[in-house]
Amino acid sequence: MVDFLLLALLAGLAVALVAGPLGAFAVWRRMAYFGDTLAHSALLGVTFGLLLDINLNLAIALGCLLLALILVGLQHNRFLATDTLLGILSHSTLALGLVCVSVFSENRIDLLAYLFGDILAVSQGDVISIWLIAFAVLAALVWLWRPLLAITVHEELAQVEGVPVVKVRTALMILMALVIAIAMKVVGVLLITALLIIPAAASRRLTRTPEQMAFVASLLGSLAVISGLAASYFWDSPAGPAIVLSATLLFCLTLFKRQHD
Amino acid sequence: MGNVLITASGLGVIRNGRQILQQADLTLEAGKIVTLIGPNGAGKTTLVRAVLGLIKVDEGKIEKTPDLRIGYMPQKLHIDVSLPLTVARFLALGGKVRADLNEILQLTGITALVGQPMQSLSGGETQRVLLARALLRDPQLLVLDEPVQGVDVTGQSALYALINEIRNRRQCGVLLVSHDLHLVMATTDTVVCLNQHVCCQGHPEQVTNDPAYLALFGESNGNAPSPQVAIYTHHHDHQHDTHGNVIQPAKSKLIHRHGSGCGDNCEHHHHG
Repeated sequence: MVDFLLLALLAGLAVALVAGPLGAFAVWRRMAYFGDTLAHSALLGVTFGLLLDINLNLAIALGCLLLALILVGLQHNRFLATDTLLGILSHSTLALGLVCVSVFSENRIDLLAYLFGDILAVSQGDVISIWLIAFAVLAALVWLWRPLLAITVHEELAQVEGVPVVKVRTALMILMALVIAIAMKVVGVLLITALLIIPAAASRRLTRTPEQMAFVASLLGSLAVISGLAASYFWDSPAGPAIVLSATLLFCLTLFKRQHD
Repeated sequence: MGNVLITASGLGVIRNGRQILQQADLTLEAGKIVTLIGPNGAGKTTLVRAVLGLIKVDEGKIEKTPDLRIGYMPQKLHIDVSLPLTVARFLALGGKVRADLNEILQLTGITALVGQPMQSLSGGETQRVLLARALLRDPQLLVLDEPVQGVDVTGQSALYALINEIRNRRQCGVLLVSHDLHLVMATTDTVVCLNQHVCCQGHPEQVTNDPAYLALFGESNGNAPSPQVAIYTHHHDHQHDTHGNVIQPAKSKLIHRHGSGCGDNCEHHHHG
């Protein structure tokens, strides 16, 4: 097997693995738009990384984290509906990111790579850092699983029962920001939400418990990564979009399954 | 006075420049049932949320027994259809189980439902599942926000009977919010009528032959040994003018201070 393809596969599988359970929460909590907003802000992180001359992955993660925290703060005393707020932030950060990248980077970076991913160009160092972050996020998800589910079902009930709701919700946003930072390499800012939402949605009809749904979402995501890379290798299609389309195909297949409940 | 669980005194809540709760007092004791009534927008839910510690109050203070275990039954439960969750898993999300699961399942009559998805339950079934989750904590205080809403009259009586049985068995305190201004649970010890401030409070009257009760529930229910519903008669010492301001009666002294709290919808001051 070709070297760069192996690296791409390793990176993609790590992202798919952690996108499964996190995507399930995005679906259950209706956070798709939130994911988009975080992803778009990642582009801004790239710009700052270039400007300040720091590691780009680190800059992206920090940019997402910062925006996640701003969102938590804004949701506390809101005067606008959440989707309006997200719409403003999402598209402003994307626009600002596009402007900054073209103004400041002087063609040093390939904009398309950030918008649609550049999984075939990941380095060995990238793969290692992606796996490390994926493991950390998975560990945190396992640790926070019950409180996360509890606040997803009913936040106030959970709070009365002693769950530190604000902390858990903030933790979920931070985890989301981290995963977006690593998923950016694979599918790019414009398609990250698809990688979170589609495998989880496809998994819904196949499973009967939250854990099964998260697990099957990881499996379907991995399958999408493998077939997307294969399509990219054999037909020379862009890898990120091919991965997303594979996931969509899997989702469509699940629609044929008869619902049991 | 029994074993006091929560004392709230002089609570005031201001949101967006509007006073939605004013000088409200509330005492909850072990083994006692307190029913909170009042028109829409009276601040019932705000008071409950303050007592639960879900919102910060702007005035007054709330004293709680240390490590008070509260079982809370929220008004609404919406679980996204995308979340595959059975009743059993929902109950387990409440954390550490301190009561006997089978006993609670039988008591609330949901034994047959444990394998069902939460989204497939009817309104009444959902209420009983929520009650079961609250009871699994073996609470010292049960807080029930409009537990009988969306439940038919028979189901209502059954639920009230169940709440009373739970109180008698476990000697927990109960705070119950009711949307009905006059008909309350029969075994309520204290009714608190709220309209931004506490308008009046007292004991409900037992009714078996009250025409208002019979008109609402019909004679067919009369063969039940003890009806689960009682009438509460309001004894206000003040009236509200059209702006909601309290009109002082000519001679009597007001027991508590009022601002201009009561809204125009305070329509229940002609009784008693």
